[in-house]
Amino acid sequence: MDWLNAIVQGTLLGGLYALFAAGLSIIFGVMRLVNIAHGDLIVLAAYLGLTITMLLGIHPLVALLVLVPVMALIGYGLQRLILNRTLGEDILPPLLVTFGLSVIIQNALLEVYTADPQKLQAGALEIASLNIGGLAIGYLPLLMFVTAVIVIAGLQFIFYRTALGRAFRAVSDNQDIAQLMGLNRRHIFAVAMALSLAVVAIAAIFLGTRTSFDPAVGGGRLIFGFEAVIIGGLGNLWGTLAGGIILGVAQAIGAQLHPGWQILAGHIVFLAILAVRPRGLFPRMDG
Amino acid sequence: MADPVLQIRSLDAFYGDFQALFSLDLEVASDGVIAIIGANGAGKSTLMRSISGMLQNRPDSILYQGEPIGGLRADQVAGKGIALVPEGRQLFPSLSVEENLIIGGRMRRPGPWSLAAIYDLFPILQERRHQASTSLSGGQQQMVAIGRALMANPSLLMFDEISLGLAPVIIRQIYEVLPKIIATGMSAIIVEQDISKALEVSSHVYCLQEGRVSLSGQSDTITREQISEAYFGARSDHGLA
Ligand SMILES: Nc1ncnc2c1ncn2[C@@H]1O[C@H](COP(=O)(O)OP(=O)(O)O)[C@@H](O)[C@H]1O
Ligand SMILES: [Mg+2]
Repeated sequence: MDWLNAIVQGTLLGGLYALFAAGLSIIFGVMRLVNIAHGDLIVLAAYLGLTITMLLGIHPLVALLVLVPVMALIGYGLQRLILNRTLGEDILPPLLVTFGLSVIIQNALLEVYTADPQKLQAGALEIASLNIGGLAIGYLPLLMFVTAVIVIAGLQFIFYRTALGRAFRAVSDNQDIAQLMGLNRRHIFAVAMALSLAVVAIAAIFLGTRTSFDPAVGGGRLIFGFEAVIIGGLGNLWGTLAGGIILGVAQAIGAQLHPGWQILAGHIVFLAILAVRPRGLFPRMDG
Repeated sequence: MADPVLQIRSLDAFYGDFQALFSLDLEVASDGVIAIIGANGAGKSTLMRSISGMLQNRPDSILYQGEPIGGLRADQVAGKGIALVPEGRQLFPSLSVEENLIIGGRMRRPGPWSLAAIYDLFPILQERRHQASTSLSGGQQQMVAIGRALMANPSLLMFDEISLGLAPVIIRQIYEVLPKIIATGMSAIIVEQDISKALEVSSHVYCLQEGRVSLSGQSDTITREQISEAYFGARSDHGLA
């Protein structure tokens, strides 16, 4: 029963990792940008969520109505004003610039919010749980997982069923030829970053209601996101969800074996999969 | 006579420090069809990239309907009604055949071309519309590339070596429909290595050599000797096959 419980809880946690990963996956897929600041942007969004809940006195989930558009705007501006300038043949400039951005965000958060751990208060939702055959399944983790599935399904729809998705794929295939179709890649890239940070906003609210956070936790979220993306296979959104679940389950089983092994077990499974399948479990066929 | 749709005035084009086009002059009459010929590396594709905005140049070196466009980005040029069928087709591999066509028409310029009209012209594409564009034969891919450009309902359509790498029978088919396509109301620039095809469909021909116009004239009066000379520089014994 303990093991079954570990697997179920790990799966639900995997939903959060998939949310971390989906944002990374979008921008890597569209513009081959590896965003080192992704984890810090999640933490920034969690703090902004905190400020919104306190200022407006609203529930963190309701705060999403404000936070999602705010983060999307930040994403659009960030890409147009800074990141677009770094894109080109050389992959080093975007890495360096997003690394610098990561440092700046961390320090700014320290300055504004101090290093004290914070948490988003979700009230009764935090402790309520469903009892299924002796397994206690928390509403919050369940909601987190269901949200992840909906977000991934929504992104999948956008990418493969809409004009915006066609534009994303065309620009990703061949930027120069996409411009000939009247697509301005700078705008398309900025829309992709806006979408990525909209997902970041959702991830941040769940991160902040599940555990406490401080300005330094971004790096860890980045690593979990990366691991989920790479386990699932680059450029495959459902694969990203699978990657998140595998990582979550590995961590839960590790923790079951020994409380100190949670994070380690996740990294070991990640490395093992990478050794056997360097392109991840479900690489995109045309990638 | 109506104003020319495109005027190129002493165009210089560069790749970094390397100059690929030198003080090039060229004109396309309204509803006119010109052919551009020249050996490999002469600068034909560079000229296509310059006109389409993939390479940026001095703004007034390219005038389209009287407006300087030399400094515009490719997406801005496309919005003004210039479309290119690029060398090597360059379809989007992650898009299906139909999606490649639809994205060509995303600017929704009014005109005769629509998905239905393209499928009328190339019925095989309708059968294959849900397939990946990469699964098609070379000739069918070329049809998609032409259809994708037509979907923009361009006023000026440019073809860069559409016969490259295709079987003679396919080339013949494509050149059979080309005049009909152009007759629906557009000007065209046809870059072609196959000189007889180039002369057949055009009224005016330019020969490029090492980034300069080495010859230009009426397609029906220009002689093989003149072309041979313009192709290879100094008078030479190379016959043209
Ligand atoms: N991307 C590029 N960078 C540098 N030089 C280039 C590039 N593309 C073409 N060139 C050079 O420009 C000249 C003209 O090339 P191009 O326009 O492709 O010729 P064509 O289409 O007539 O075969 C050639 O000398 C070629 O080597
Ligand atoms: Mg060429």
